[in-house]
Amino acid sequence: MIRFIVSRIVQGIIVIFAVITITFALSKMVPGGAVRNERNITEEARKAQEEYYGLNKPWIVQLGLQFKHYATLDLPESYHYKGRGVDEIIASGFPVSAAVGGAALLIALAIGVPLGAYAALRPNTFEDRSSTLAATLGICTPSMVLGPLIALLFGLKLRWFNASGWFDASDWVLPALTLGVIYSAYIARLTRGSLRETLAQEFIRTARAKGASEGAVVFLHAMKLACLPVLNYLGPAAAGLLTGSFIVETVFQLPGLGQFFIAAATNGDHQLTIAISTFYAALIVTFNLLVDILQAALNPRIRLQA
Amino acid sequence: MRWLFRALIFILLCGSIAWFHHVRTHRPTRVEAANRAGILLAGNGSEPATLDPQLASGQPEHMIFHSLFEGLIAPAPNHPDGDAPGAAASWTSDNFTVWTFKLQPEGKWSDGKPITAADFLYAYQRMLTAQLGADYASMLYPMLNAEEYHTGKIKDFSKVGVKELDPLTLQITLKGPAPYLPSMIKHYSWFPVPKHAIEKFGKMTDRNTRWTRPANMVCNGPFKLKSWQVNQALEVERNPHYWDAATVKLNGIIFLPISSDTTEELAFHDGQLHVTLTMPLSKIPAYRESKSPYYHNDPLLSVYMYRCNTTKKPFDNPLVRRALALAIDRESITRNILRAGQQPATGLTPPGCTPAYHVPNIMRFDPTEARRLLAEAGFPDGKGFPPFDILINTSEAHRSLAEAVQAMWKEHLHIPAGVLNQDWGVYLESQRRFDYQIARFGWVGDYLDPSTFLTIWQTGDGNNNTGWGSKRYDELIHQSFQEADAAKRLQLLSEAETILLNEAPMMPIYWYTHSYLMRPEVKGLLPSLLDHRCYKAVELKP
Repeated sequence: MIRFIVSRIVQGIIVIFAVITITFALSKMVPGGAVRNERNITEEARKAQEEYYGLNKPWIVQLGLQFKHYATLDLPESYHYKGRGVDEIIASGFPVSAAVGGAALLIALAIGVPLGAYAALRPNTFEDRSSTLAATLGICTPSMVLGPLIALLFGLKLRWFNASGWFDASDWVLPALTLGVIYSAYIARLTRGSLRETLAQEFIRTARAKGASEGAVVFLHAMKLACLPVLNYLGPAAAGLLTGSFIVETVFQLPGLGQFFIAAATNGDHQLTIAISTFYAALIVTFNLLVDILQAALNPRIRLQA
Repeated sequence: MRWLFRALIFILLCGSIAWFHHVRTHRPTRVEAANRAGILLAGNGSEPATLDPQLASGQPEHMIFHSLFEGLIAPAPNHPDGDAPGAAASWTSDNFTVWTFKLQPEGKWSDGKPITAADFLYAYQRMLTAQLGADYASMLYPMLNAEEYHTGKIKDFSKVGVKELDPLTLQITLKGPAPYLPSMIKHYSWFPVPKHAIEKFGKMTDRNTRWTRPANMVCNGPFKLKSWQVNQALEVERNPHYWDAATVKLNGIIFLPISSDTTEELAFHDGQLHVTLTMPLSKIPAYRESKSPYYHNDPLLSVYMYRCNTTKKPFDNPLVRRALALAIDRESITRNILRAGQQPATGLTPPGCTPAYHVPNIMRFDPTEARRLLAEAGFPDGKGFPPFDILINTSEAHRSLAEAVQAMWKEHLHIPAGVLNQDWGVYLESQRRFDYQIARFGWVGDYLDPSTFLTIWQTGDGNNNTGWGSKRYDELIHQSFQEADAAKRLQLLSEAETILLNEAPMMPIYWYTHSYLMRPEVKGLLPSLLDHRCYKAVELKP
């Protein structure tokens, strides 16, 4: 177990540095460069800026500097937001994204798992079809449609919540609802499929034959196994939710990480792009490791091997 | 008994929803609370990149700087494009070349330290020191030897045309007469910066210091920085040390960085904003038709145009360029496609620059003449004209305009144009590398004078990017910088603009307007061609 965890951590570090290398290479290939203005700036100003950000150094030196920054956790400065370290930007955006994402994850689970289980227990009935239809609708509705609709209904029409902004304690509700509804659809479909499959297995028949109650069969025996695919999905989904959704953050005007990620790309702020990509990679690596450990705990047939 | 229990639950549920609805719908909106507190809530586009006026170059920063800083001359309260005393109480000019400014005797930084002529000297030296890498350093080039200092040709700053005659008297000497200097120095690139605050956190040329953080920031405008929550809100409050603090009516302003115009409109109707920075283009016609009391549309000193790469055939031929320019029906574009009150451009310089300037009205729609010119250039009825692209940066508005122009050229000249869209950075780079045929281009005036639009077309200018150049044109522009007689100077500029429009390395299409939403309780936030704001005149009267 310990060997497994250590080896996964080492792998994770390699992955993170690979991500740094790849995003750095991509940022060098992007035409336009980091110094981009519609108005021409004087050659002197351009040179001074390139020198200041070390953009005039050979690319291999620049990559070495990037590695040094991340290895020593002394992160560089953003090109666009002058005088702000990328770590400071992540530290300001991540808590917002994480709060909304965390709430969205809970909403997704609270809606998705019961809906999927309900459908799986009544296969091919009206209830099953309507919940499958609802899930399909949820998957098909993009957040750029659902977000403004939710903002319009609960914000402008009913006036229950602010249509956008991040000022009141209740401002997380609408964005979390938007994200949660969309993710719950995936979770419902996964739960339904996996629970139906599990219910058809022999150990369930054995449990029933032993006289276990239906509730015990479903919740104690079947669910434990059926939630494995959901758990697998939750690793990357959680990383994605916690680092923020650009669209939902734009629609609801949240000062989260997603907005910075896109702004970094359009502003040519490669330092910030590399930093957020790396942070995202680190989160995915961490969540995947957590999921692996949880799976082993839930399913005795899985043995962790380094 | 079970039904009773269920009914009870049902009534409880309905009751709590009704209670929740009542409570939530009766809370005051942010605007109502702000009205009581005397705080203006303003939408402000994207997150400001910096609050250092010498490192900024964007519109969000421009809007904020008018609250935090003040140049020698300030926007007038009743007419923001007019001149009123700012950091200088009065000024005189000798032949529009040597300008003497008497600073406010009571002028202070927001930390109470007096503002002296030395602060301006420091600001201009910092701006012109190449290592700082200021985007707008060239705005100071009209000053004697400013360009030479910035490019390193002279090392001694005392040779630059700015002098401290005494602590409260500043003298600026220009290369030549510039009657428009008062308008020019209202731009933030000319604002003073506090040496004592900047150097507390680093060297003069450091780009990354923390002097602009709320606790550290020192400024000289009607307001000072209170808080800055990245991507959420930037709040300014009254500056008690401001020389004209008695005139300031608001207690503060909160600038909200809302990058999506749809979200901004939603926030406005949700009672979160007094005034938006912009609005969704597609919604403008509906607001205009319904005569909404919130809708405002002000002219701007800004022009939308297409430029030609004159280093590529057949665009090296002025006849071809003129033909293309004459085949664009600008009236139809503004009336049927843009529909937001824009004016069809008949020349380059937008109206309102200076009343005395005669804008040459050369750009018109004349398909017959266009066909004749094209035939004269060797493409009768468009035959043999090579396919080419109109380069735009990705945006729905640019695309629909490009498609309209494409259809007009196809219909009137029978020539094949495509539309090519590129991401912002790539689009800029393509133009810089002359890797395009026709490209859209917008230019915003920095001060009220035609020269802000005309100087960029001189041979080899960094913003020209067309490869076009004309000796006579350069001469006229150069002469205009030497001419002391205001009328003659404008005559020279008008002559230059005539050459430019006849040669058509660029085709002006329309003059911009600024469409936005504003609540009726906001008083004193007046239209400005340069988007200058006189925040001390703004008040909230619900």
